[in-house]
Amino acid sequence: MGGLPVEGGVPRVRGAELPCRHFGSGPPLLMLHGGAGPTPRAPFLAALAEHFEIILPTHPWFYGSPPLARVAGVDDLAYLYLDLIEDSGLDDLTVMGFSMGGWLALEMATKSCARLRRLVLVDAVGVKFTDRETRQFPDIFAMPADRVGQLMFHDPARMAPDLASLSEEELTAFVTNREALVHYVWEPYMHNPRLLGRLHRVSVPVECLWGESDRLATPDYGRQLAAALPDARFHLILQAGHAPQLEQPRAFVAAVLAACR
Amino acid sequence: MRAWFFTETAYPYLPPQDEFESIRVQLPNGIFDPHKGADLYHRYLDEWLYAEDCGLDIMLNEHHQTATCMDPAAPIMLGILARQSRTARLLVLGNPIANRRDPVRVAEEMAMVDVISRGRVEVGFVRGVPYEISAMNSKPVGMHERLWEAHDLILKAWTTHDGPFSWESEHFHHRQVNIWPRPWQQPHPPVWVTALSAGSIAPVADHHYVVATFLTGRDKTRDIFAAYRKRRVDQGHGLPDNDRTAYAALVYTGETDAAGRAGAEKLMWYITHNKVPPHFSNPPGYNSVDAVVNVLRSGKSPYLFGNFSLETLIEQGIVFAGSPDTVERQIRQFYDDVGGFGHLLLMGQAGFLEHDETVTGIRLFGREVYPRLKDLA
Repeated sequence: MGGLPVEGGVPRVRGAELPCRHFGSGPPLLMLHGGAGPTPRAPFLAALAEHFEIILPTHPWFYGSPPLARVAGVDDLAYLYLDLIEDSGLDDLTVMGFSMGGWLALEMATKSCARLRRLVLVDAVGVKFTDRETRQFPDIFAMPADRVGQLMFHDPARMAPDLASLSEEELTAFVTNREALVHYVWEPYMHNPRLLGRLHRVSVPVECLWGESDRLATPDYGRQLAAALPDARFHLILQAGHAPQLEQPRAFVAAVLAACR
Repeated sequence: MRAWFFTETAYPYLPPQDEFESIRVQLPNGIFDPHKGADLYHRYLDEWLYAEDCGLDIMLNEHHQTATCMDPAAPIMLGILARQSRTARLLVLGNPIANRRDPVRVAEEMAMVDVISRGRVEVGFVRGVPYEISAMNSKPVGMHERLWEAHDLILKAWTTHDGPFSWESEHFHHRQVNIWPRPWQQPHPPVWVTALSAGSIAPVADHHYVVATFLTGRDKTRDIFAAYRKRRVDQGHGLPDNDRTAYAALVYTGETDAAGRAGAEKLMWYITHNKVPPHFSNPPGYNSVDAVVNVLRSGKSPYLFGNFSLETLIEQGIVFAGSPDTVERQIRQFYDDVGGFGHLLLMGQAGFLEHDETVTGIRLFGREVYPRLKDLA
């Protein structure tokens, strides 16, 4: 990552501290995490690092990243990462976004695709197609944790986090990330009402990877999103829910490599 | 000490608790019978006015989408009481200004009722309990900042008398703020703010507002009041008078200890009928990360009392109940334990405590207990 200013070992964007992991080799890939945070130990990351130079920032307000007053929503976050790309001299960049990170990738691309090669959206939220009395995304803040798990995973018994078994630090991270997610997605809920009307500005190819059992951002919604973009393909990942990179890492990595060939 | 009578105006005619998931936010309003509701509204208003006849002041609040409180618009109830009462101070505790999207409207409502009542309104500002978040369509992060920005805007609206000003800030935008009427009381009505922990005390103390705590019991209340006093002293203002502190408890006074306890058992409906699932009682961002972690670890929410016995509640000073002598003794003990306080907010009606029982409790407190507490400054 060429020119990103680093002070005291911590990357900074226009004066703001922005913790970033930087690993792997290959074409550059900016990875934008979703509501669960960056999950740095997940196996899919090591597999992708064999093919990409990965830049994995932790969004402000999420665990391990300081709050940043000027980042009040996903729109502000998009400008922060466009600044990061410019300041780092990154070019021909693949931007991969999971869930809320996919929404963020779309916000960035509607503002500027100048340094982008493609987007990879993984079960992205952010766009609303439904009418005013039909939620696009279920209200995960108005249901018990086990029901959220059922929405999120193909196999919730295997995948849903068991809060009782988490360490103090893991639980603190979980709670901090939930709070950060609220900061970004509370209202309008998990979408930007203006984004649909701006999707024509996404001038790079978009690969939409979707867990077949995603009940938060359903495959039907994913197909609608792909259809609303100028140049997008839709790929289903079997036996996976809202986080196919965690639930089916091998199939996920294979789908990414096929899409980015 | 001043005593304020408070009822949360519950609608108690509900199905068994195992037949619904939450008494708040999601309980269908098909359960609410408007005819029974009208009777209750009239009854609760009568009870406030009876409390005034017994020498007490009046306190009311608001909650949303809940059977525990039929008053989602405290200013409306306040307006009725401003016309129907004659002498009592009228405390709204409070306006949930972190949840209300138009603080200028709050300034207008309070100013109007202050004028109708000829200067008897005391204005509380509250953050609101966590289950108000979804009900009021509010955002659980940044509430502290929203509350104090709304406060600043309301105070400026009340105290600006030479034409409009503008307000363009993080949370609120108003182009021409120039409220009519302005408040009766000058420079503005007395302000109260609630606190549930010592950590949120600084701005309340710095403004020298009345700090009120609800059902926080002996130890926590002492900590909150001590933090207020310490902050005042640390900032060079000296020890504040006790009239800067208020405590809300469930209170029932009977002819005998047995009668007092029987009334308090009925008041406990307020505690036992607050079935709220964790996603509404502990929304992300409402409490500090450490507090949420503790709740997830322990399964205990600071807003839910669960199955405390009356004995435990009395011991902790959350309930004062018994004969006039006993209630006086309990209050004096609590007063000493928390370093003194200036206002007692009596939650003297809840659930199925019927009208005649409620007025008996008010009368015995007002006539027998209250006069004996006057020496507590």
